[in-house]
Amino acid sequence: MSLVINEEQNMLKSSAKELLDLKSPISLMRELRDDNYNQFDPDLWKEMVEMGWTALTVPEEYNGLNFGYVGLGQVIEEMGKKLTVSPMISTVLVSTTIVGLSKNEVLKSKLFDEIMSGKKLCTLAHEESSHHNPNIDLSIISNNNDKFILNGKKRFVIDATISDYLIISANSESNGSLELIIIDSKSKGITFNNKVHMDSKIYSDISFNNVEFSKDNFLSTENDGKKILKKALDIACVGLAAEMLGNIQQAFDMTIQYLKEREQFGIKIGSFQALQHRSAIMFGEIELCKSIVLKALQAIDSGDKNLPELASLAKSKLGLTSKLVTNEAVQMHGGIGVTDDADIGFFLKRVRVSQRIFGDSNYHLDRVAKFNSY
Amino acid sequence: METQVKVDLTNFRLETRKWLEKNCPMSMRGPVTDAKQLYWGGRNGKFTTEDQKVWFERMLEKKWIVPYWETRYGGGGLSSVQNNILNQEMSRLGCRKPHINFGISMLGPALLKFANEEQKIYYLNQICRGEIRWVQGYSEPNAGSDLANLQTKAEDKGDHFLVTGSKVWTSYGDKGDFIFCLVRTSSESKHTGISFLLIDMKSEGVSTRPIKLISGKSPFTETFFDSVKVPKKNLVGTLNDGWTIAKYLLTHERQMIGGIGETEKKKTLGEVAIKSIGITDGLLSNPSIRSKIANLEMNEKIFELTIQRALDEHKAGNNSGAVSSFFKYYGTELAMQKEELRLEVNGFDSTEWTSEESNNGREARYFCRSKGHSIEGGTHEVQLNIIAKRVLGLPSK
Repeated sequence: MSLVINEEQNMLKSSAKELLDLKSPISLMRELRDDNYNQFDPDLWKEMVEMGWTALTVPEEYNGLNFGYVGLGQVIEEMGKKLTVSPMISTVLVSTTIVGLSKNEVLKSKLFDEIMSGKKLCTLAHEESSHHNPNIDLSIISNNNDKFILNGKKRFVIDATISDYLIISANSESNGSLELIIIDSKSKGITFNNKVHMDSKIYSDISFNNVEFSKDNFLSTENDGKKILKKALDIACVGLAAEMLGNIQQAFDMTIQYLKEREQFGIKIGSFQALQHRSAIMFGEIELCKSIVLKALQAIDSGDKNLPELASLAKSKLGLTSKLVTNEAVQMHGGIGVTDDADIGFFLKRVRVSQRIFGDSNYHLDRVAKFNSY
Repeated sequence: METQVKVDLTNFRLETRKWLEKNCPMSMRGPVTDAKQLYWGGRNGKFTTEDQKVWFERMLEKKWIVPYWETRYGGGGLSSVQNNILNQEMSRLGCRKPHINFGISMLGPALLKFANEEQKIYYLNQICRGEIRWVQGYSEPNAGSDLANLQTKAEDKGDHFLVTGSKVWTSYGDKGDFIFCLVRTSSESKHTGISFLLIDMKSEGVSTRPIKLISGKSPFTETFFDSVKVPKKNLVGTLNDGWTIAKYLLTHERQMIGGIGETEKKKTLGEVAIKSIGITDGLLSNPSIRSKIANLEMNEKIFELTIQRALDEHKAGNNSGAVSSFFKYYGTELAMQKEELRLEVNGFDSTEWTSEESNNGREARYFCRSKGHSIEGGTHEVQLNIIAKRVLGLPSK
């Protein structure tokens, strides 16, 4: 497959840019933050739904657009450039993917309808410690006649404060298998501890205390919970890498612009070789990032068996490069770069959090080494 | 119509495959591990084995020394699609190139673009027959990164130029028959006073002296010109406009050097490390080296994807933005990091210089040789300057 986006994907990217330029400038993120860390702009979400973004990866038989992940990746990348605040990552990238992989047809039809129409928001509650781990041990499903009971603790749940549903990974007490269930976030026995993080987004630690649910709430069937989760996490990594690619392209462009405008010693600071060489190196690193993100997105759509390694390569490369680019961006902005008045710091703070979501570069480089048997 | 083209190409592939299988000697297949395994041609060209001679002569008869040049220039006249097929079939069998010459990879493209018809017919045909071994005369003692500062002078003496000066870093200068040179024909302006001249190294007044490198080898020479008479017809392109040709050629050179890291498919560094360092609980025993290898491998894989993306973007008619300077910089940087890491992976064995076990210090010498990658063909710093100015548009003052 040719490593370029096709015409339709390019059109989607342009239309995403157009909408976000208009409706989601970086200043919106600042306004929402200053409005007591508001996590949701209903008008913007309505526009996104109308653009069909919630239906991009839903198959046609469920009335979706079946546009694929390369397309979704373009939208998320554009959102990354604007630091857009929306449930696209939690509801569309992660939850819709899990629903799509589920074989519970009843749930699937219902959830796809609710998500595509924008009526319901959804998120995954999976992590249990401060470091990403695909395995779990704190969340247990026990069985009491035909009733099921969930006990456990989850951490760092994205968008939990605005989500209608929680998808939860938990081990079955009876056979130890990893299961995925979906429950109403207002269910009895759920307590939230909401924490604002560096990127001005809220991540929730959630306790489940004897939360009851039924057989119909299982997204996993026939022991496929682990398989679904693994694939969904790979896809989530790639999608997040696309957002980070948007983040760093924007931060880099803003920095180059600044180097061309700012004068010291009577000349533009962009004429200093010390800054030029570091800029040129960043340019190259970002070119590499573009290649791996596109390759990994294509691997999702084509069912490439190398997806796990490509996802790890994408998440580790973007983790490392986003660190480099945002650090340099702040440094090259000088004093203004460390003030809250400047937007450049938002990029630094966002990627520090997204680096960690679904595994940081250390986690994923370790995985790359394992894939290559050393 | 389209189907006919497809059928023709399929036939071409099958015929090519059959021909190669029949005509490429077994010893001419498989990866090249030593420069001696390649035939460099020239007036003193010597074949190291009988098979090498047979392989060269068969390919010559087929006009496949330079398969993609036009037939009137001695090439095989293959279309780019046919040439791709030939390359694919050759690498399928592991066939080595029958002949290596800077005339093919560097001078040829410049002649095709800038030379007059008479020059093209004369020189390109010679190149296709492997008769002349070409070398390059660009850098001078005071013109390295600042190449346009070159001072080797070519004075107009009516029917000839009189060339005086010296060049450095001439690759295989002592083995060359002809040298393509940048010379100063006017001192009025730095960039516009340069011309592109072809000089017979047999001419009176030309001499070379080898430069011994830190690797202990001498692949480069200094080349001296002491009042050398060069016929006027050896000027390529317009007088004083040689800089245009030089820039064009440097782009080719950068792409060649940038690709150095991937010509040889060796064991992966991970495999080498497991053998050298050992494994504990399924993981390489030294976690620090392990993470360095993973980091390098990540960048190597993604760099390869980036080369592919640039080609695909080019095919799709887009400007990828990733310029030759970037590929030269990054490709050599990775190759150098790899040589450095190889020393860490192999420990004491890797610094052996003369022992038989180390194949005469192959690894240590490769490492030393790699230090030149970030210097030759335009230093790292020059490449970064080019990216900063031409791609990012950063100001000069």
